[in-house]
Amino acid sequence: MKPLKEIESRFVPLPIENIDTDQIIPARFLKATTRDGFGKNLFRDWRYVQDDEQQPVASFVLNQPRYSGEILVAGKNFGCGSSREHAAWALKDYGFKAVVSSFFADIFKNNALNNGVIPVRVSDVFLAKIFSQDAEAEIQINIEQQTITILLTGEQKSFDINPYKKTCLLNGYDDIDYLISIKDSIEKYEAARK
Amino acid sequence: MGATLFDKIWNQHIVQQVNDGPSVLYIDRHFIHEVTSPQAFNGIEKRGLPLFRPKQIVATADHNVPTLHQELPIRDELSRLQVQQLIENCARHGVELYGLGHPNQGIVHVIGPELGVTQPGMTIVCGDSHTSTHGAFGTIAFGIGTSEVEMVFAAQCLLQNKPKQMRINIEGELLPGVVAKDIILCIIAQISAGGATGYFVEYAGSAIRKLSMEARMTICNMSIEMGARGGLIAPDETTFAYMEGRPFAPAGDAFTKKVAAWRELYSDADAAFDMELNIQAAQVQPMITFGTNPGMGMAINDSIPTYESLEAESEKANLKKALTYMGLQAGQPLLGMQVQHVFIGSCTNSRIEDLRLVAAMVKGKKKHPDVHVLIVPGSQEVARQAKREGLDSIFMDAGFELRQAGCSACLGMNEDKVPAGEYCVSTSNRNFEGRQGAGARTLLASPLTAAAAALTGKITDVRTLL
Repeated sequence: MKPLKEIESRFVPLPIENIDTDQIIPARFLKATTRDGFGKNLFRDWRYVQDDEQQPVASFVLNQPRYSGEILVAGKNFGCGSSREHAAWALKDYGFKAVVSSFFADIFKNNALNNGVIPVRVSDVFLAKIFSQDAEAEIQINIEQQTITILLTGEQKSFDINPYKKTCLLNGYDDIDYLISIKDSIEKYEAARK
Repeated sequence: MGATLFDKIWNQHIVQQVNDGPSVLYIDRHFIHEVTSPQAFNGIEKRGLPLFRPKQIVATADHNVPTLHQELPIRDELSRLQVQQLIENCARHGVELYGLGHPNQGIVHVIGPELGVTQPGMTIVCGDSHTSTHGAFGTIAFGIGTSEVEMVFAAQCLLQNKPKQMRINIEGELLPGVVAKDIILCIIAQISAGGATGYFVEYAGSAIRKLSMEARMTICNMSIEMGARGGLIAPDETTFAYMEGRPFAPAGDAFTKKVAAWRELYSDADAAFDMELNIQAAQVQPMITFGTNPGMGMAINDSIPTYESLEAESEKANLKKALTYMGLQAGQPLLGMQVQHVFIGSCTNSRIEDLRLVAAMVKGKKKHPDVHVLIVPGSQEVARQAKREGLDSIFMDAGFELRQAGCSACLGMNEDKVPAGEYCVSTSNRNFEGRQGAGARTLLASPLTAAAAALTGKITDVRTLL
């Protein structure tokens, strides 16, 4: 994984609650055996009329040219439902590096972090504040400082991130590197249980 | 202060603690299937790592398989390739695979318990959110993403933060016509689709103790639908009786010794929970969902909430979005509404007891002519047992379509789907938009309520047929 320290970008607002992973990436697109190419099917059934790429749903935010950026801002309980990591892969492949919401489902949160997509949890009030910004507004997410800032107004909030995961993100490490490094301890644990 | 059931199992599985960070949790059993494993196999191969403990992994093909003519090659090319990839990956890495055609094949959360691979006190993971099912045996079982599947491949461990703990006590006797599925749908309706996020849930109380293992699995299965990472139930005599004689369960003296250890798995009287919820079993009615997440459920003879009854603007917006998708109106009752499909199956309700419940209701009767009924056993063994008991002929005589084992119409991935705009009373676990196929409208309910809809072609209070 590449180290990730800061994201500064416009944002894509999706003010819907309980967005489940079946919406992020419908099951029929889970047949691939690689991690690539899921972005084109991100929010597929909200994006197109009857699955037809020639018929984009004009009202859906990904089809509105005035919205763009590396930050998705969504309603609470984002990523609930299935454990499919394909949801995180689809967001990443589409170009999102962070998702901001007031509440994340557990499995999605881990999947996102394991793929360098940062789940940034903010209060309902701050979330509403972001939703009320113009499409041109830029947001800065600083992982080192654990802050999220609306650049136009300067409003800033801090967010939580597990210190271990933060170190991983800043340095581009992943859990496997760590687990492999403690193999001896794992073997000792196994031997002691027998 | 005492320890919870969860604490006891968790503590036994900590290899070490990362400074200022998560625990290294040892995983006893790892189930894998064709959809969420290929990228993980790919990942360890790219790193040049072997599987650390291949003998602790059991694989099956379930999500992406047809439920008709499993002896023939899979028609859909991508599905065939994915299943083929699983076969090759398992062969290359020495993983036991119960693939299509194998007598042990079936939905991963049905075969684990059925074979006795799932045992009390274990930590169990699978790249599937319904792994919580195995918690019925007093295990810490939870769904993981593919990167985590890769971690377990590489080191048989996961880095995990200890979740908060909730206990839900269900006391008393269930009313006639009310089954385990109604209990869990009732709980989720009460605490919402995200209400248990961050928690592991222990289900306890006299009503839980009286449930069979299969009913307990139905309850634990849907823990994730309220956001909980998992759910678990303390093992007891019902559990031990279920385990005895299973192919992979210990036998003889080893079994007796194990049972002694399993008896220690319970929450101490003075154990503390971060949250507790009490439910009277007699208050639980047959349930049905009306919306697009499992928290949008109600007693079957109730009406959909009105907008006025909701306080938050966000809740009104959620209801509006859901009802627009479902083609339903706020304030409307569902009883008597026509449905076009009934699906009986999935890791929630495809075990032999579910099939027996349905068979007892429909024996000697015919389904309504305007409804299509799909009944899909959870495993090859469930299918064989149904046949031994003559349930297959009951279903066929009723006009049901009896299929072969798999996830089937639960998730709109394989060939079994519900057409856009049509209603399906389903015993599965999710009513998300498009879950059973693009545009499909799912109403979650128990096997009894599904059987009632099959007979009448309408949403029916099963108690009127008892």
